Amino acid sequence: MTSKMTSQSAARRSAGAAESVAGNGLLDRRIFLRSGAVFAAGITSGALTAPAAGAQALQIEPWMKTPGAPLSGYGQPSQYEAKVARILTPVPGQTQIGTSRTPLHLLEGTITPNGLHFERHHSGVPDINPDAHRFVIHGLVRQPLVFTLDALSRYPMHARTTFIECAGNGALLFQNAPVQQTVQQFQGLLSCAEWTGVRLADLLDEAGVDPKAQWLVAEGADAAGFSRSIPLAKATDDVLVALYQNGERLRPSNGYPMRLVVPGYEGNTHVKWLRRIKLTEGPAMTKDETSKYTITLNSGKSLQFVHPQECKSLITRPSHGLAMKEPGLCEISGIAWSGYGKIAKVEVSADGGRSYAPAMLQEPVLSKSLTRFRMLWRWNGGPATLQSRATDETGQVQPTRAAQIASRGSRTIYHWNAITSWGVSDKGEVKHVYA
Amino acid sequence: MSTHSILLATTTCVLLASAGIAAETPKLGTPIAPGAVEAWDISVEPDGVGLPPGSGTSKQGEAIYAAKCAGCHGEKGTGKPYDALVGGIGTLPAPQAPVRTVGSYWPYATTFFDYVRRAMPFNETKSLSNDELYALTAYVLHLNGIVGENDTMNAQTLPQVRMPNRDGFVPFKRGD
Repeated sequence: MTSKMTSQSAARRSAGAAESVAGNGLLDRRIFLRSGAVFAAGITSGALTAPAAGAQALQIEPWMKTPGAPLSGYGQPSQYEAKVARILTPVPGQTQIGTSRTPLHLLEGTITPNGLHFERHHSGVPDINPDAHRFVIHGLVRQPLVFTLDALSRYPMHARTTFIECAGNGALLFQNAPVQQTVQQFQGLLSCAEWTGVRLADLLDEAGVDPKAQWLVAEGADAAGFSRSIPLAKATDDVLVALYQNGERLRPSNGYPMRLVVPGYEGNTHVKWLRRIKLTEGPAMTKDETSKYTITLNSGKSLQFVHPQECKSLITRPSHGLAMKEPGLCEISGIAWSGYGKIAKVEVSADGGRSYAPAMLQEPVLSKSLTRFRMLWRWNGGPATLQSRATDETGQVQPTRAAQIASRGSRTIYHWNAITSWGVSDKGEVKHVYA
Repeated sequence: MSTHSILLATTTCVLLASAGIAAETPKLGTPIAPGAVEAWDISVEPDGVGLPPGSGTSKQGEAIYAAKCAGCHGEKGTGKPYDALVGGIGTLPAPQAPVRTVGSYWPYATTFFDYVRRAMPFNETKSLSNDELYALTAYVLHLNGIVGENDTMNAQTLPQVRMPNRDGFVPFKRGD
């Protein structure tokens, strides 16, 4: 264990059958942590309870005998990890519009490696010369200002570990039948990084915001000139002009040389390749805040400026494509997040929501960031339905699928945040189910 | 530093923090004249702020559309392979699948001008003249039955166009 874990579970153990915390095999992880003997003795599987005679004699492998590869300027993953890659889902007939998705089911912890951060581009990735790049703040300000990358690099830096999630993440979950896809395929428009840069509030203060300004329009230097309006109150609260992603300069696909990071807001407000901010009285009503990224309700009215990505969680292991190996003890692991603040609690169920137990949360639990949760499970080899339900510090509870559809209908592709269910068969196969 | 100046510095920091004033920064922004931002200032607001000079009619826009837009958006805006620009008016309430086009869904005509100017045609953005942009806007609005064939679109008339779904949007608040 490299990270400290805290138990969110209530002290439910008493003398006797103390370890069960919810139906169908969910266990109190503290027992597991305290004694490895429980792990060894508690296994029902034949393979693990048999005497240790099955392993073959150890061999001297080739890499143990001769010097390995030379030093390298920029490290790459092992050749054996090639499957841990983004999958590409472009708009048909195009290579520059569409998405690539993060392999959430193959990653651990909470930070997305830079080469695996999801992408959503509207006109490809511009090849920006950082020396020629300019960022301008104008509109309702005392003094319009232009900034170079070099200038911004000399400001006091502020770091923020935060998730970015596309508003369309999980769009296929609105469908009537559960899609049989991996977490990466249908929830992979979600990533989390440590972003470092200059506080937008500091730059706005330097330009002197006119009291009439209530919004700003942010715009990218890509060929689509992607633009979104953001309330000034948010811009001066916790928004960064980010220059660094997990310690290195931004990747081109994530906005090099500078992007907005708007913690908790839907992904496309985090405008990449930032070239311009204009202070305005009202929102500009851009294409991507009117014709797209709005939610048409059953009434025919549409919700607009649905900025926060709301409280959500997802079991990443086991999940579709990651089958159970054999009955016995295993760990259910997943991620939770909320655009409103910190995750307060994640509950896990192995019986389709009839009973839940609180999972362990990996520390540190950060506001508007991914939080890793873990639950110990003894799979008895029978059918199970796994679910996770997150609650954030503001009290928002992740809704059921039925509740989400009842409130917003199913004629949209945006802001899916309901509970996802995995059906485990007696063969250990994991299917996506509606439960 | 004397005790007195340390005290002063400390007091200043506390005051700044408690008042929520931005932190001390090197202030390296270079002042730029508003006119020097003009080439980049392509945002058009719903009240028409940002619209350039120029004008065009649907009649003038028809040929431009056929040459530069129809390959992606279909003849007369019917769509395919990409988004339809025409039709769907009245389809937004359940239970049918809503057909969201410029005509049925977009609340402001100014948004169409803004978007086409910044992002279209896909492979050569920012290549259309202001007159061509006004003419294309007039054409797509006319295909949707929103303006007449000979109505002139310009910086004065475009913000006055009333889109069918103008009142169809509700600002989100938590709990919706």
